[in-house]
Amino acid sequence: MDYTILLLAIPFLMFLIIGLLGYKMTPKFSGLLGSAGLAVVTALAYYTAYRYFFTEFGQAADGARETIVMFNYTWLDLSNASRPDLMIQIGMLLDPISVMMLVVITTVSMMVHIYSMGYMHGEEGFQRYYAVLSLFTFAMLGLVVATNIFQMYIFWELVGVSSFLLISFYFTKPSAVRAAKKAFIVTRFADMFFLIGILILSYYTKTFDFLKLTAVDPEAQHATLVFSTMGGKMFMGLSVTSIALLLIFLGGAGKSAMFPFHIWLPDAMEGPTPASALIHAATMVVAGVFLVARLFPVYFFEAPDVLHIIAYIGGFTSLFAAIIACTQTDIKRVLAFSTISQIAYMMVALGVSGFGGHDGLGFTASMWHLFTHAMFKATLFMAAGCIIHAVHSNEMDAMGGLRHYMKKTYYTFGIACFAIAGIFPLSGFFSKDEILVAAFEADKILYFCQTFVAGLTAFYMFRLFFRIFFYNEPKFEHTPHEAPANMWVPLCILSVFTIFSGWFPFSKWISTDLIGYDIHTVWPIAIGSTVVALIGIGTAYVLYYKKNDIPDRIANTCKSFYTWASHRFYIDEVYLFITNKIIFGGICAAIAWFDRHIIDGFMDLLGWTTNTVSEETKEIQSGSVQQYAWVFIMGVITIVTLALYL
Amino acid sequence: MNIPVEYFLVLSTLLFFIGVFGFIVRKNLIGILMSIELVLNAVNINFVVFNRFLYPDKLEGFIYGLFVIIVAAAETAVAIAIIINVYRNMKNIDVNSIKELKN
Repeated sequence: MDYTILLLAIPFLMFLIIGLLGYKMTPKFSGLLGSAGLAVVTALAYYTAYRYFFTEFGQAADGARETIVMFNYTWLDLSNASRPDLMIQIGMLLDPISVMMLVVITTVSMMVHIYSMGYMHGEEGFQRYYAVLSLFTFAMLGLVVATNIFQMYIFWELVGVSSFLLISFYFTKPSAVRAAKKAFIVTRFADMFFLIGILILSYYTKTFDFLKLTAVDPEAQHATLVFSTMGGKMFMGLSVTSIALLLIFLGGAGKSAMFPFHIWLPDAMEGPTPASALIHAATMVVAGVFLVARLFPVYFFEAPDVLHIIAYIGGFTSLFAAIIACTQTDIKRVLAFSTISQIAYMMVALGVSGFGGHDGLGFTASMWHLFTHAMFKATLFMAAGCIIHAVHSNEMDAMGGLRHYMKKTYYTFGIACFAIAGIFPLSGFFSKDEILVAAFEADKILYFCQTFVAGLTAFYMFRLFFRIFFYNEPKFEHTPHEAPANMWVPLCILSVFTIFSGWFPFSKWISTDLIGYDIHTVWPIAIGSTVVALIGIGTAYVLYYKKNDIPDRIANTCKSFYTWASHRFYIDEVYLFITNKIIFGGICAAIAWFDRHIIDGFMDLLGWTTNTVSEETKEIQSGSVQQYAWVFIMGVITIVTLALYL
Repeated sequence: MNIPVEYFLVLSTLLFFIGVFGFIVRKNLIGILMSIELVLNAVNINFVVFNRFLYPDKLEGFIYGLFVIIVAAAETAVAIAIIINVYRNMKNIDVNSIKELKN
């Protein structure tokens, strides 16, 4: 154990200090304090990443990356003779993906901290906001460095709580409260499956530890070690391992907003925009991807069927969310659906990935896309925050022609749009291209699906771009102005990451078997996806560069489909129908009747009986001593008579 | 002159049941107290008589008789004190009128 514990300790301390003493601080001081604490954490994370990737600290003897456990406290010891390893520990595990996540989280969180000082300026509850940001950073860092699945679960829930607190930041607004409850309940519902999965898995493997779970058997190159004891146990046509892993994935699907648990994410945009950038775009929502990546060897060797399911759920979700994104008019909603779509991309990449060397391309591509996506999506959200700040509305109709007023936002938003559309040489091009290559090698259907989604992505992002910065200017109530420096500087920093993170040698750093390998841009696929993206951009240009009636005519020609898509395919209504009509109205009403009439009736019967009997017999206790004496004497006489003559 | 033991026993039995009867039927607290005295004295007679007829060379029965008289005196003193207090509060000493602690 050394300095690395500070990575967790500092954000937690900041949470306690700002949370408990915030009311005594000026808002500015609390913001600066939180940012300063996070700056230290960021520096430590970068230092850790440098040590891990560039010095012998992270190198194992055989040239692979080492998996290092920095410290590991036993928190709850459940071991006995038959299961010596079953204990819940809190520790820190450094391996390529957790180190990469440390960098992603601290970078985005740092930028959000700085940005929020401008964006949240003058808000009531500024200190509370910073306290919860620190809590969130702490929880997310604890999640990615978890040494065992139970620690991950604990921090997973903490992340959920801080997300709830940030969405409901404007708790006087009913819509924010509704959104926060929705997010919490939906993700919590999915987490229930996660917990059940953990319990099944640990029941059979007798361990929570990631290192033990994912240890690959060096003899037989096709199995993980601990699962040999589970072989053959079947339940409902699937092996127990598959069921456990499927349940764990469902937990991840809840946090990562995969279909059908995606409904909470668009509503989560009720929170402050920088918090959305941090939580619902860049870091928390990739927790599900990270979970699958963390358990990837287990999925690959023990439950390849589940991996297929993951790939197809991912493919469907990405298409589904991309179609909806094309029809939304709230700019944050468009970005939210874009996030769902892009995270589904990462899931697809994990789902089609193989293991070892170049076969593990999907895994690398997924993590790479996670990194680049975090950067450009945070840029997009923060730029959207600047725009909302300038025009005081989320709706596209209030925007247009903003390029004249907000140069810096215009450029950074444009860079991020090109990146997410996958245009060379920005980062999105490389990561998306590798995902498509991996999909092409594994499954042609998914490849075509994802390529089409890439085109849709380019279309809806540039629809947003042209609609905000070009188009016809509406009547502004007051002239929009560029955001202050503490808002555009983080934007520029993130744009730099957006531009250059595609050139990082990710395959050297992150691979399934921890051994670096070379990847090459596969030009036919790259050109194909670029052409598709350009078609998307071109379409958006035609439709939205200037005000015209083509979009309306297109919407009218396929009116019913458009209506369905703009209502998000009525998935929310389906949920409401199931919960309100079927669960509350049907099942719960019957249960309530049973409770009220049978259970309560039985209890009432018991009470009534006791009451009546005591009412009838209370005359015995008259309080009259003479009566007692009479009974007593008679009793004695009776007993004596019986004793004498019987 | 030698009175047989049965006479004493009949006397004490009669006294005992008169006492019990009085205890049950009297409404006056003084009367109840007197009935208790009758019961105690019936027991006393039994103590003394059995000691006299069964173990003439022992003294425990007489001692117990004395003991009972002492305790009865103390008990009477306490009871009278209570009855006086009851009278002060209720202006009578009818046993049925003492209902303050009921309900």
